[in-house]
Amino acid sequence: MSHAAHTAAAPHAATAPPRPAALLVEFDSPGALLTAAEQVRDAGFRRWDTHSPFPVHGIDQAMGIRRTRLPWIVFVAGVVGCTAGLALQWLTNATSAADAPPGLWTIFQGYNYVISEKPALSLPAFIPVIFELTILFSALATVIGMLAMNNLPRHAHPLLAHPRFRRVTSDRFFLVIDADDPQFDPARTRDFLGQLPAAVAVETVPEDRSPTALPRGVVIAILILVALALLPPLLVARARLSKSTEPRIQIIQDMDNQERFKAQQAGPFADRRASRPTIAGTVARGDLAGDAHLLTGRVGDDWAAAFPPTLEIDLRLLHRGRERFGVYCAPCHGYGGAGDGIVAQRALRLNTEGWVQPTSMLDATVRDRPVGHIFNTITNGIRSMPPYGDQIRPEDRWAIVAYIRALQRSQNARLDDVPPEVRADLR
Amino acid sequence: MAAHPVEVDNTWERPGERAPLVTGGHTFASLTDTVCAVWEAPRPPRAWYVAFAISVALLAVFGAMIGYLIFNGVGVWGLNNPTGWGFDITNFVFWVGIGHAGTLISAILFLFRQKWRTSINRFAEAMTIFAVMCAGVFPGIHVGRVWLAYWLAPYPNQMAMWPQFKSPLLWDVFAVSTYATVSLLFWYVGMIPDLATFRDRAPTKFKRIIYGLLALGWTGSSRHWHRFERAYLILAALATPLVLSVHSVVSFDFAVSQLPGWHTTIFPPYFVAGAIFGGFAMVVTLAVPARALFGLKNIITLRHLENMCKIILLTGMIVGYAYGMEFFIAWYSGNPFESFIFRSRALGPYSWAYWTMIACNVLAPQLFWFKRIRTHQLAMFLVVMAVNVGMWFERFVIIVSSLSQDFLPSSWDYYRPTAVEILTLAGSFGLFFTLFLLFCRFLPMVAMAEVKTVMPHADPHAHPHAHVPATRRFDYNPDEFDQEQPA
Ligand code: HEC
Repeated sequence: MSHAAHTAAAPHAATAPPRPAALLVEFDSPGALLTAAEQVRDAGFRRWDTHSPFPVHGIDQAMGIRRTRLPWIVFVAGVVGCTAGLALQWLTNATSAADAPPGLWTIFQGYNYVISEKPALSLPAFIPVIFELTILFSALATVIGMLAMNNLPRHAHPLLAHPRFRRVTSDRFFLVIDADDPQFDPARTRDFLGQLPAAVAVETVPEDRSPTALPRGVVIAILILVALALLPPLLVARARLSKSTEPRIQIIQDMDNQERFKAQQAGPFADRRASRPTIAGTVARGDLAGDAHLLTGRVGDDWAAAFPPTLEIDLRLLHRGRERFGVYCAPCHGYGGAGDGIVAQRALRLNTEGWVQPTSMLDATVRDRPVGHIFNTITNGIRSMPPYGDQIRPEDRWAIVAYIRALQRSQNARLDDVPPEVRADLR
Repeated sequence: MAAHPVEVDNTWERPGERAPLVTGGHTFASLTDTVCAVWEAPRPPRAWYVAFAISVALLAVFGAMIGYLIFNGVGVWGLNNPTGWGFDITNFVFWVGIGHAGTLISAILFLFRQKWRTSINRFAEAMTIFAVMCAGVFPGIHVGRVWLAYWLAPYPNQMAMWPQFKSPLLWDVFAVSTYATVSLLFWYVGMIPDLATFRDRAPTKFKRIIYGLLALGWTGSSRHWHRFERAYLILAALATPLVLSVHSVVSFDFAVSQLPGWHTTIFPPYFVAGAIFGGFAMVVTLAVPARALFGLKNIITLRHLENMCKIILLTGMIVGYAYGMEFFIAWYSGNPFESFIFRSRALGPYSWAYWTMIACNVLAPQLFWFKRIRTHQLAMFLVVMAVNVGMWFERFVIIVSSLSQDFLPSSWDYYRPTAVEILTLAGSFGLFFTLFLLFCRFLPMVAMAEVKTVMPHADPHAHPHAHVPATRRFDYNPDEFDQEQPA
């Protein structure tokens, strides 16, 4: 096809008679077009084309169109998409700030999530996104590649200006020989085309003389739009680069600033104090003035050596103690108190670093501890052991202590601990 | 041009003979005229206005409900512990599911060389895109702080935080957005030749410019057609695994979690079959009135409708099989939580929803065994309406019945939607139908170029003026066309 640009550049283009850009033959059936195409091909024309409302079966062979290389473009795009998907997930999810090369901006550092003990780079979990990106890249390449290879969009085309040609998108079939073709001769080619079987009409397509430059209005509109589009990024960049003492602009509050009174502020109360004094008769946490022996395990400044007198040490209490010990202590210390609970066993098996073995209840240290000390160990924890005071009521804590004492006695029993009447059964 | 062509029965099967896919003795020109008539008519039929008014009103409700939600927070919905997903995700899965038929028709049926797809693919694809748009709204608005929804995307940020790529919810973001993009490309690329038809027939300069820009300067060149057809084939080959992956990934949102009733391997194929089932039901729902309203009965023929009914029957049975298999596995696994949840689905607090689903999805389509019903428009319309309802309830049953009764009986609760949720669902139909009605009026509703290729005259070796058996001839005078187009 002739290029519209030539016309615009040529002097006096508007006054010179239009030169033919191409010759056009119309047919009313795909069969006629196919026959004509074969004849034109055999006549040795090089720059010609056929146009139809739908793809005509067999026209590729009739015209000698080579198979498109589009699939290869798509294949490459697919490989790129696949790699991009893998790289994206690897860099963002399987690396962390620690692996980042020094100087890498924070915004590009990865964030290593630990999810259900999966390895950081866990391919099966990455497959869906890799797959989707492969498809996305391939599909975009298919469309963009097809349009680019077809030289589309192209809005200024001499054929589009020809009134007869408008039926190409409805029911008519056209064969067009370009004036650029080496064999083209206005008169002879016209005769040749007129003799094609079933040709409805042969016509000259004048060169497209519409101006190639964009109309002024459109250019101005585009410039204004571009300028407006640049505005937000420029504002953002300015904000990023400048410092301000003003608080940040919050379009959406996100509950960052809530309406409330701060300490030492005037409040709406009669005495204008926002921080309220305690109400008469209330007790602050931990200030409960009660039986210190029962609640803290202390008598004066020392650990209590005996159980609180308010508590009756009987079989019922020991049973309660055994049950609570099984719930709260046995997982670590073991049912027998030897420090071999399942948590401890598993930690040993996994060789957990920094693991501190739970103390055996039967150790001399624990045996020598006053009951108040053991009570305090349960309440507040000790060294690596966490506190259980807020989960176990004081009476139950004493019950556990009593049960621990029983465990210790049972494992270090002497003969005179056994009632005299059953001593004989032991031998 | 006859606005209301006579219905022709082309659903017959005779050995050695093919039933025509386009009836009414259409020529290329008359086909173009018929399809363009919808757009060329000075104003659309009155029914269009009525439907459009209702749709826009619903769309306004949609906007109002979303605005109310964003302003007040998700508390305006009936969601709470333990039911944290209710209408929002039900609607999402429902709409995404509907959005599967279009690409299925354009891609899978294309690869299987099912030529009948050409008459329905364009508007089924349009339906797909609009349905995916409706679907996309729901996850967007259910996140709570809507203005942070962009956190779903992986973009470099100062928090040095990235999306969690091992989560099915994130896979969903990629699957649905890829699907929306590829469906849009597929739809648009397929439409380029038809947009060129509109350009070439445009009555005003303004329309010529608009459609000319959209048609990208298409001239119907055979060299272009060659690459176009390749591209279309490749897109179909890409869209086929994509369409299967999308609903599989949606099902992972459930199947990858540990909840009884969700944690099953049957979900991906079951969801895909359900999506095709529900999608085709929606295509029929739209096709039955549209073909009558816009005089397309000879292009979207009874045979097309019947074929779709057959697909609905098939996929309906696959879905029914999946319902049964879920129960079997719940029993066979010996898992007490699993069997509890399924017993509760059939007999528990949401049994009303469960049996609605069974009646609509399993029982109603069985009527399609009868050809009388497959070819009777009112009957098939009622059945597909049942399927539309049933497929919504399927998602509701899966989501709500499992969530409301999880492992911890003390936290069980009965989820009740609020008016806001119900109106949002109704409003989403407003968005869908508004877009669809605009599409019918302003874009080529039938893929003219593609339909022409399946017409008998398209065969270049046929006799140029082959006699096409016609039940009714159109009075078409080719010279009229030239007069309309000033040279
Ligand atoms: C999570 C595991 C764990 C649980 C549960 C646990 N402990 Fe311990 N306990 C330990 C560990 C570990 C130590 C040793 C701490 C150290 O040496 O740092 C310990 C030490 C002790 C000691 C010895 C403290 C001393 O005087 O040196 C006593 C007594 C004790 N635990 C009692 C209990 C009782 C009673 C319970 C139940 C209420 C209990 N523990 C529950 C882990 C546990």
